[in-house]
Amino acid sequence: MINRTIALAKYKGTFEQPDIFGYYGTFGGAYIPEMLHPNVEELKNNYLKIMYEEGFQKAFRDLLKDYVGRPSPLYYAARLSEKHGAKIFLKREDLNHTGAHKINNTIGQILLAQKLGKHRIIAETGAGQHGVATATVCALMNMQCVVYMGEKDIERQAPNVARMKMLGATVIPATSGSKTLKDATNEAIRDWINNPTDTHYIIGSVVGPHPYPDMVARFQSIISEEIRWQLKVHTGSEVPTHLVACVGGGSNAAGTFYHYLEDFTVQLVAVEAAGCGVQSGRSAATTQLGKPGVLHGSKSLVMQTEDGQVVEPHSISAGLDYPGIGPLHAHLFESGRGTFLSATDAEALESAFELTRLEGIIPALESAHALAGLNQLKLTAKDTVVVCLSGRGDKDMSTYMAAMEKT
Amino acid sequence: MSQTCLSCLPDRQGRINLESQMSNFKSSLMSRIQELFKKKSSRVLNIYCTAGFPQLNSTIRVMQALQKNGADIIELGIPYSDPLADGPVIQESGAIALHNGMSIKVLFEQLKGMRDLHGDYSAKVTVPVILMGYLNPVLQYGFEKFCSDAAAVGVDGLILPDLPIREFETEYGQTLRKYNLDFIFLVTPETSAERIRKIDSLSTGFIYAVSSSSTTGKDKDFPDVERYLQKLREMELKNPVLVGFGIKDKATFQSACKYADGAIIGSAYIKALKENPEEESTSKKFLEAILK
Ligand SMILES: Cc1ncc(COP(=O)(O)O)c(C=O)c1O
Repeated sequence: MINRTIALAKYKGTFEQPDIFGYYGTFGGAYIPEMLHPNVEELKNNYLKIMYEEGFQKAFRDLLKDYVGRPSPLYYAARLSEKHGAKIFLKREDLNHTGAHKINNTIGQILLAQKLGKHRIIAETGAGQHGVATATVCALMNMQCVVYMGEKDIERQAPNVARMKMLGATVIPATSGSKTLKDATNEAIRDWINNPTDTHYIIGSVVGPHPYPDMVARFQSIISEEIRWQLKVHTGSEVPTHLVACVGGGSNAAGTFYHYLEDFTVQLVAVEAAGCGVQSGRSAATTQLGKPGVLHGSKSLVMQTEDGQVVEPHSISAGLDYPGIGPLHAHLFESGRGTFLSATDAEALESAFELTRLEGIIPALESAHALAGLNQLKLTAKDTVVVCLSGRGDKDMSTYMAAMEKT
Repeated sequence: MSQTCLSCLPDRQGRINLESQMSNFKSSLMSRIQELFKKKSSRVLNIYCTAGFPQLNSTIRVMQALQKNGADIIELGIPYSDPLADGPVIQESGAIALHNGMSIKVLFEQLKGMRDLHGDYSAKVTVPVILMGYLNPVLQYGFEKFCSDAAAVGVDGLILPDLPIREFETEYGQTLRKYNLDFIFLVTPETSAERIRKIDSLSTGFIYAVSSSSTTGKDKDFPDVERYLQKLREMELKNPVLVGFGIKDKATFQSACKYADGAIIGSAYIKALKENPEEESTSKKFLEAILK
């Protein structure tokens, strides 16, 4: 722990926010075509000003409390703790309205879009959680909503597609490339290029051009803001030994880590989707398989061929099926500030069933990856671990049922 | 026009290009693109085609057919898995090209010798050639190696729409200058006058005016665009302006040429090639319809 603190000393101050050009270390920036410049520039010049206005903060906090149901509980998972031989707490983002952490961000961004005078909202979605969270706030604020979703994800996340439609959103299938989250993101960006004045793009993770990664991290930082005081109530200390979260683009992890980023005694554990195995050719473990590159408007780690073509990732979990990672996480990885693990499809399934039987909580497949990460940590009785349970498993029931039939 | 001292001639605004006179001999020769605009300051037609489309080895044949039938500039697209600024037609051609096996390495292999005097003269590519691509494959290839190899095969300029101005100024611009490659930036109707000035100061070759804020291949109301092109013209930029996005036939080409130095056609030509992959007859028919 002391070694970690010394080794990281030179990175002090580089995690909580990027530099003025949007870089965390060597990752970030705004690699966008000129057509997006006015939109992104408008956002960059205004997001901090708007976000920290008193009125905005009040509206944001009130909605998080009365509409989302925050604070989400920090639950001491006794039986899971017993199994791992350490104190394990679950940050219950699964209990939020719409069933995942995604709504923290969409509430923030819809309020911001209103301030910017936008009338039309677009979003990309993988598991459909971000799409549902976006469609929800659009219904709430009476705004037009278009959600891009990979054709393959539309098939495997049918309940969320139905929810989005019921909420009044138009769901447009992305049929190019791997037909998953990456391609849905491409389509959303193209839509934004074609609708430069009236539309706000609500990106669902800490990816995209600056200022998105920073903005989304700040909206999600409510997670660790709450963990700090809740953990103090539980244990007398605000500071755990480990924080564990799954990483697709990295928003629930960014939110979970945020208020501990500069607290180098805390081990930040990010769990990526290994798919069928990191070396199987069917994986989404970006830090292990990726190289520095540019995807969706920022420089980060990207899974790609030698020729620089972005590869089609694989994960059983649609929300983690993404060949990139937010620039903050690339920096956490490169600097050594974060510990990056991965869990396979099978390990995630096993952990999902385990949590269900031990604690009576059916987790989202994404969150199950974070739980699977616990098995790889050498935990002791002295450890206090907070796992971000980013979402609930309702949307994954068909996958879980298929797994039950197999065994 | 004599080729020896073109840089001593005043440019279209009547200014003498002192900067290039003062630099070394090689760069005091104008680039092929700059020479073209000296000779032809209106109705310049730039046709976009995707490298490796329709067939892996059709790249050079397509370029020859375009040149023979009247294209002034060839913009060669490097296919990419995630072409953010492209519409469905060019996206699809890129996907086919990738499937055919196109890559930067293969492309440079194909372009090697296109300017070669010892080759078949009738087949030689003499018009300016610009590579259009996305940053990621170029970064993986190695930015400097890419510039060096591009210059070596006789490429004249680059369009990398996702290379930001700031990174161009701090990191990449100097490499482009080292290899005498022109770099073409985009402007849109939403680009502020101040930013257009900045882009004009950084660009060499020409400026690519997106005719509306749109991905390639979108139809737009042309009258809407005219005011914007008029504004660009009135700014008397140092670079020529070509109108891209939305130009597809004789009528749209002519309207663009009323206000700009020429135009770029992409999706419409790719569509024609897709319908009839025989490059010579397709190019002849396509270009005749626009130019005659
Ligand atoms: C429940 C849940 N967790 C995690 C993720 C992954 O996203 P991120 O890494 O941005 O938190 C998703 C994405 O859809 C999700 O639905």
